[in-house]
Amino acid sequence: MAKGDMRKVALVGNPNSGKSSLFNHLTGLNQKIGNFPGVTVDKKTGFTSLPNGEKIEIIDLPGTYSIYPNSKDERIVFDILANKSHNLHPDAVVVIVDASNFKRNLLLFTQIHDLDIPVILALNMMDIVEKTGLSIDAAKLSEELGVPVLPMKARTGKGLDLLKETLTAIPATPRKPIFNAQNHASEAIEAVKNSFDITNDYVAYQLLQQHKINQFITEEDRQTLNKIEENHGFAKDELRRKETLERYASINEFINGSVKENFTVLPKRVTDTLDRIFTHKIWGYAIFLSILFLIFQSIFAWATVPMDFIDLIFSELSVFVSNALPDGLLTNLLAEGIIPGIGGIVIFIPQIAILFAFISILEETGYMSRVVFLMDKIMRKVGLNGKSVVPLISGVACAIPAIMATRTIENWKERLITIFVTPFMSCSARLPVYTILIALIIPNKYVLGIFNLQGLALMGLYLLGFLMAIISAGIMKLILKTKERSFLVMELPTYKAPRWANVGLTMVEKSKTFVFEAGKIILAISIILWVLASYGPGDHQENARSYVLQQTEQRLSEEELDNKVQSYKLEHSYAGIFGKTIEPVIRPLGYDWKIGIALITSFAAREVFVSTMATIYSIGDTDEEATIKSRLRSEVNPETGKARYDLPTGMSLLVFYVFAMQCMSTLAVVYRETKGWKWPMLQLISMTGIAYLSALLVYNLLS
Amino acid sequence: MNIRSVADLGPGESAIISGFMDDALSLKLLEMGCLPGQPIKFNFAAPLGDPICVSVSGYDLSLRLDEAITISIQ
Repeated sequence: MAKGDMRKVALVGNPNSGKSSLFNHLTGLNQKIGNFPGVTVDKKTGFTSLPNGEKIEIIDLPGTYSIYPNSKDERIVFDILANKSHNLHPDAVVVIVDASNFKRNLLLFTQIHDLDIPVILALNMMDIVEKTGLSIDAAKLSEELGVPVLPMKARTGKGLDLLKETLTAIPATPRKPIFNAQNHASEAIEAVKNSFDITNDYVAYQLLQQHKINQFITEEDRQTLNKIEENHGFAKDELRRKETLERYASINEFINGSVKENFTVLPKRVTDTLDRIFTHKIWGYAIFLSILFLIFQSIFAWATVPMDFIDLIFSELSVFVSNALPDGLLTNLLAEGIIPGIGGIVIFIPQIAILFAFISILEETGYMSRVVFLMDKIMRKVGLNGKSVVPLISGVACAIPAIMATRTIENWKERLITIFVTPFMSCSARLPVYTILIALIIPNKYVLGIFNLQGLALMGLYLLGFLMAIISAGIMKLILKTKERSFLVMELPTYKAPRWANVGLTMVEKSKTFVFEAGKIILAISIILWVLASYGPGDHQENARSYVLQQTEQRLSEEELDNKVQSYKLEHSYAGIFGKTIEPVIRPLGYDWKIGIALITSFAAREVFVSTMATIYSIGDTDEEATIKSRLRSEVNPETGKARYDLPTGMSLLVFYVFAMQCMSTLAVVYRETKGWKWPMLQLISMTGIAYLSALLVYNLLS
Repeated sequence: MNIRSVADLGPGESAIISGFMDDALSLKLLEMGCLPGQPIKFNFAAPLGDPICVSVSGYDLSLRLDEAITISIQ
């Protein structure tokens, strides 16, 4: 296809430089997320049409301050820009800089400039520049740098037409390097150029600087580079320091002719006033807690309406399918396996969308970095980082995007601990389990007139998960050893109004990621479960009715007989056999084999608990929560003659669901992020162990 | 001899950066615009006293105290 021939343009810039806004303006809804080939870093690409009708691909690279990476995400920038044979190597780069923060932003530009790729410099936030008394002569700057320099306001899209026009034909003029690496390590650079197929000095120099962390270098090449580094005494850090200082010196020269600084008229910034409130000793934390409270309220209050609606649509659809299609295996699979399976995924979209709308607004406004600032010292006590707050909050919706969000934590130990403890945060998949069990065992009463007992129980479960996350982080801090230092050198951006288009796109993106990452597994499990619960060894399934009739002497009504037949079938299905096999292990917790089936399936995904219960108690009957609840309520424990779901069993189950690692998608994501099975397996074993012991304790204390 | 660092400043005080006492950290600080000869201002500290917010090169940066202590000032 023509896709390979399409020209590619990469966007590069500092965090907070307006890169995402520019990307969103250029591509709109015409964008997709994937993985960079070979690495698990999010790749955002999109398409845009130029004035001459040409369609080009836009690649959004992770925000970075320099070509030297600090986090996993940032490595990709050099990997793609310097490697001409990389299949994402762009034909041109747009470097976007925050012009109101000119000097520091220009550092990255000078590095990209020296890689000799056609480049455009986009000066963003010119509106703020004018207000602060800075004036920039773009034409003169363009002359000095030898590249197109375009003023723009990415927030409003101003300057976009000019950028598109410039992209139609980017001048690939040969340029003098801003930092001449030859002056510092010419022998080593020549050696690299001779050994590899490289002509550019700075690329060769960067290979020496970065070969230890570069993921696209083969082991053989790495050895060669190691040797060159040793032979020529290439002093990495010292050279990097010189390079940075030299680049700043050049930037000062460029600025001399074309930028007039006049900071004396700098207006008293709104940011200072806001910071005084948001980082206040008391108000700072009070505001943060109120925002958290608001987020929780919204997730649970606003999301119920669309969630109920989605639930209704899928159960109606299921009924419709089983009525409309002829009876048979395929119809049953569709109506009882696939449709409820998809419904079980789609139902979480409202909660995830709302949570990420909030997170995206907090990020957009600049408040999130203040949260990191406020929480850093507290989090550090348990081996985490201020930046761990974002994944922990996201974990309340879903651990999958939360674990991906840990990539901004530079320190490996802190990142690992964050990944390890995030699944303790009660995600939205636990919510249906919580609500149904709480409704069974906790009376719907008020204490002190205002506190609803069931609501308090729910909050208690969330707190329990959070406490366990903090405790296990503290324990891991003591166990894990690292020499790597922990940093919190972080920009505190000025406060801005959120850009709603960006918020909307984040909601869409995150929901899509959730549906496709978690969805595949949940759907697969629903189908497998349906098969296991519908088939069994021997002829028990086909001849269930006659077996039941043989066993029972008394006369049954048609309905009672049907129910008996169904439960006989289930007991002799593969799922039933599994449940009975593990019964001895879970009996001490107060569970029977039916709960055992639900536990096993829940290891794929917790939300399957409710649908499993629905399947177990009513195969062939579509699920409606009220009916599951009443079925569970009427279930009797044959040994005691009392209700199956009494307080001890119910509490024991609740505690088990708070702690256990029951989510294959999360394990898969942890595997991807930690590049091995060690951490996900440790997580599975330790969390399940904690869950088992706590559930055992709770059951014995209460019964 | 006692070298003063950014951590010795009080809220609202400014100074000129003279150098760095930690090699690894200095590479990152340089890239973030903390340059010798540049003015640096201690804006405010987080409620628990750590980290702190400084202004340098026209923008705000958060630093932990053990990071601020590696930036020496005149």
